[in-house]
Amino acid sequence: MESLNIQKKTRGDEYMETLNLEETSVREINQYLHKTLPESKVTEIEIINPTGEHNIAVGMDTECTIDVRGHAGYYLGGMNKKANITVHGNVGNGVAENMMSGSVHVKGFASASAGATGHGGTLVIDGDTGLRCGISMKGIDIVVGGSIGNFSGFMAQAGRMIVCGDAGEGLGDSLYEAVIYVKGTIKSLGADAQLEPMTEDDYTAIKALLDFAGFDHDPKDFKRVASAKQLYNWNADANQEY
Amino acid sequence: MCGIVGLLVKNEMLRPQIGKLMLPMLIGMTERGPDSAGLAIFGSSSKDNERKISLYTFDPDFLWKKLSDDFLAHLGSDVHLQQVANHAVMTTHLDVNLVKIWLKEHYPTVHILSVGQLMEVYKDIGTPAQVAERYGFEQMSGTHLIAHTRMATESAVTPAGAHPFTAGEDWGLVHNGSFSNPNSIRRMLAHKGINCVTDNDTEAACRFLEWRMREGDDLEAALHAGFEELDGFFTLLMGTKDQLALVRDPFACKPAVVAEHDDYVAIASEYRSLAHLPDVKNANIYEPKPEELYIWKV
Amino acid sequence: MSKHHLEESVGFSSKTRDYIQRASSTGLYEIRGIGAKRALPSFDDLVFLAGSASRYPLEGYREKCTTKTVLGTRFAKKPIVLDTPITVAGMSFGALSANVKESLGMAATNMGTSTTTGDGGMTPEERNSSKTLVYQCLPSRYGFNPDDVRRADAIELVIGQGAKPGGGGMLLGQKVNARVAGMRTLPQGVDQRSACRHPDWTGPDDLAIKVAELRELTDWEKPIYIKIGATRVYHDVKLAVHAGADVIVVDGMQGGTAATQTVFIEHVGIPTLAALRQAVEALEDMDMMGTVQLIVSGGIRSGADVAKALAMGADAVAIGQGMMIALGCNNESYIKDGEHHSAAADYEALGTKAGFCHHCHTGKCPTGVTTQDPILEQRIEPNVGAKHVTNYLKTLTMELTTVARACGKSNVHHLEREDLVALTLESAAMAKLPLAGTSWIPGVTENK
Repeated sequence: MESLNIQKKTRGDEYMETLNLEETSVREINQYLHKTLPESKVTEIEIINPTGEHNIAVGMDTECTIDVRGHAGYYLGGMNKKANITVHGNVGNGVAENMMSGSVHVKGFASASAGATGHGGTLVIDGDTGLRCGISMKGIDIVVGGSIGNFSGFMAQAGRMIVCGDAGEGLGDSLYEAVIYVKGTIKSLGADAQLEPMTEDDYTAIKALLDFAGFDHDPKDFKRVASAKQLYNWNADANQEY
Repeated sequence: MCGIVGLLVKNEMLRPQIGKLMLPMLIGMTERGPDSAGLAIFGSSSKDNERKISLYTFDPDFLWKKLSDDFLAHLGSDVHLQQVANHAVMTTHLDVNLVKIWLKEHYPTVHILSVGQLMEVYKDIGTPAQVAERYGFEQMSGTHLIAHTRMATESAVTPAGAHPFTAGEDWGLVHNGSFSNPNSIRRMLAHKGINCVTDNDTEAACRFLEWRMREGDDLEAALHAGFEELDGFFTLLMGTKDQLALVRDPFACKPAVVAEHDDYVAIASEYRSLAHLPDVKNANIYEPKPEELYIWKV
Repeated sequence: MSKHHLEESVGFSSKTRDYIQRASSTGLYEIRGIGAKRALPSFDDLVFLAGSASRYPLEGYREKCTTKTVLGTRFAKKPIVLDTPITVAGMSFGALSANVKESLGMAATNMGTSTTTGDGGMTPEERNSSKTLVYQCLPSRYGFNPDDVRRADAIELVIGQGAKPGGGGMLLGQKVNARVAGMRTLPQGVDQRSACRHPDWTGPDDLAIKVAELRELTDWEKPIYIKIGATRVYHDVKLAVHAGADVIVVDGMQGGTAATQTVFIEHVGIPTLAALRQAVEALEDMDMMGTVQLIVSGGIRSGADVAKALAMGADAVAIGQGMMIALGCNNESYIKDGEHHSAAADYEALGTKAGFCHHCHTGKCPTGVTTQDPILEQRIEPNVGAKHVTNYLKTLTMELTTVARACGKSNVHHLEREDLVALTLESAAMAKLPLAGTSWIPGVTENK
């Protein structure tokens, strides 16, 4: 896996495009990204003056890099396929929600539901995230440089979440097969989530993802949280509710 | 559901422009709240023996002059009335309860929105831009304010249903979210002699906090009691004489963003609203954590 | 010895005693399929005022009665155009077999109407067989992906369903086979747990942003529906309009399910009749009638129901359980290779009988409708199933136009609430229609 911090080669203007949200609407920008971009030679896009707008670069389906210069609102890079998006600022709720492939890198902090229901690709957040990070994740990999909020990993089905800071309350409640690695403290574990011993495979996986994110931590400092699988089949003794 | 806005200006030089700074924040919250809007601003102070009472009437042709004449005739006291559209701020040294009784008897179509030395409240139906224009929000000055844009969930879209709601003196509240047991709270409070004027769930919560503070709780203790008894989702922003206070419920489903700058502290439901504040890129921007009380003093 | 009169308790009937005995022996709540079974005020309590000396009917055949229905005119560049206002409601692949989904798709294409995916995503069978496909976005987001959004004709953002407003989806492990598991990213054989809220938004203010996201994803081409389970319908419809819905789907408590707690099905949500009236009132108060379309579902069974729903103000209906029954749900036999085979033994194995079965959740549907079992699912052959559903839709549409013509309408969408009266106090109050033979609407007009 290549690191995200690659040197960008400037090959000339025809490969680059700058979109200004102060002059163009989100709708027009998304339309450009969906309809015009795939037919053009452009591979590097800059979006300037985002000022917290919602739905920037949703539904991407083209290999390219996008740099968002500032803070974005909700659903930045929602349902992303193939694109590599970097936000030089913070994001609101649902960054990279339902991402299928590609990557999203947030240099600041992310609000609630980061990476929600993501199926693939990699989401990196340098700072903290709000509540419900990785909620219902379905295969996405999430790497958080800071701490994550309460109820993170709720109903996480597949994928891996790496947290270099602390985790809040109810981590991994109703976990399925996703695995969460936490370096710092865990305020409390959710229903059916448990701490498990780490294996060599875990260390390898963590190292690869940390390298991708550009974070420098020792994989051996992380704890593994996974499902105890007691809620897998509905029975009276598990004292549960649907 | 709704948008909330809060602004506390630390830099004295900027206080005359608090309205100007706030206006784009409020307009930015129009999509979250297109039905109605409101504001509680803490500005110039009345004398210590006087109080400012914010008044509102449905009647567009209301004769405020007649009210002040009758006030003098019945209560034997001059009253100062600063009118703007269908609102007026009454300044008087008379006992507020006396004034309330008099108004109820003689002018039942005039409603009291707030009482305090510093606080004035303006709220009405209309888009945030319309409401702001109607009451001259842009020209206002003061130290701090709370404001709100409303998308009514269960209660009616009426001016009375707009936020902020106030309690006691120099105390106002705006809310984003939905309380799930407001009816029981209303009934409980009615037994204690506290009645709600609207069917708005926020008012029920406001009266609850008012009751707790009446019983001697400070704000923090009142909010803790609130966590126990009030159910549902809420981000609450409160303004008092000299502070702004913010709290989110444990599930924290309703958003909030804070920008702390040397010159000001600004709060909004979405970052979009803060994006155009002066020098905001050098502000410390963060999301408040659930169940923690954040307080900023003037 | 003389026989004494034996009196059963109404409150603690045999049904209630059975419930208590079951609870005490298992410590578990009952989960089952099918919508509410209890008697409820419904469209059966309404009747039409048709042609008379003061209102003239249309002749059949020669005098056309249009059924064309357009949905999603508010914002979408490509609204949905249907030949009939009767659509197929959202039901999941997982709850139903692939053969059933294909049958429904084929029938819908035959009749020029739409089908809807469910809580498990879009199957190629359904997309290929159904000309107009509505793609659901649910709290679970199982299988949800942008390619299917782009392949769909409309998106239906589901806040809730009539059988369990406030509850989430459910599929028990026995129905989570390899294919279903793969589509939902779940381990095979594991009970699918329910999320009752969407993962990335809560509340209508944030819903508006989510609707905008879906619209951006489809470049504003496809209509966005918002579906609610019927509870506080008046407020919910208003909020759905505020959030930007092109179409609103209201699902009453009679709405079906493949697996839900009985307590939810029977005791949560309001009847479709009451829900529809509230929804129309909300749209009228916001001056959105005609701009935002309304689809109603939850126990729509017959052409009469469709006609009444339209008269009360709906633009279209969605049918789920009726489709299941058309395919063979609760039939005594199933059809295989052109012959009827008895399913009695399979019903008995479940502890039930044809006509009483609600065991969708077990995955052992005796007629092969709500199953993933490779043997049982063969009991529905797509061509045969499609024929049955096509016939059902045809009948419904014919009944609808018959009633409309009798009321003097050349377009079924011209049916109006004044064409209806009520037979009972409850239905009159809920539907806000006068009691037959009077001009009295309980709670609205003075007693006459």
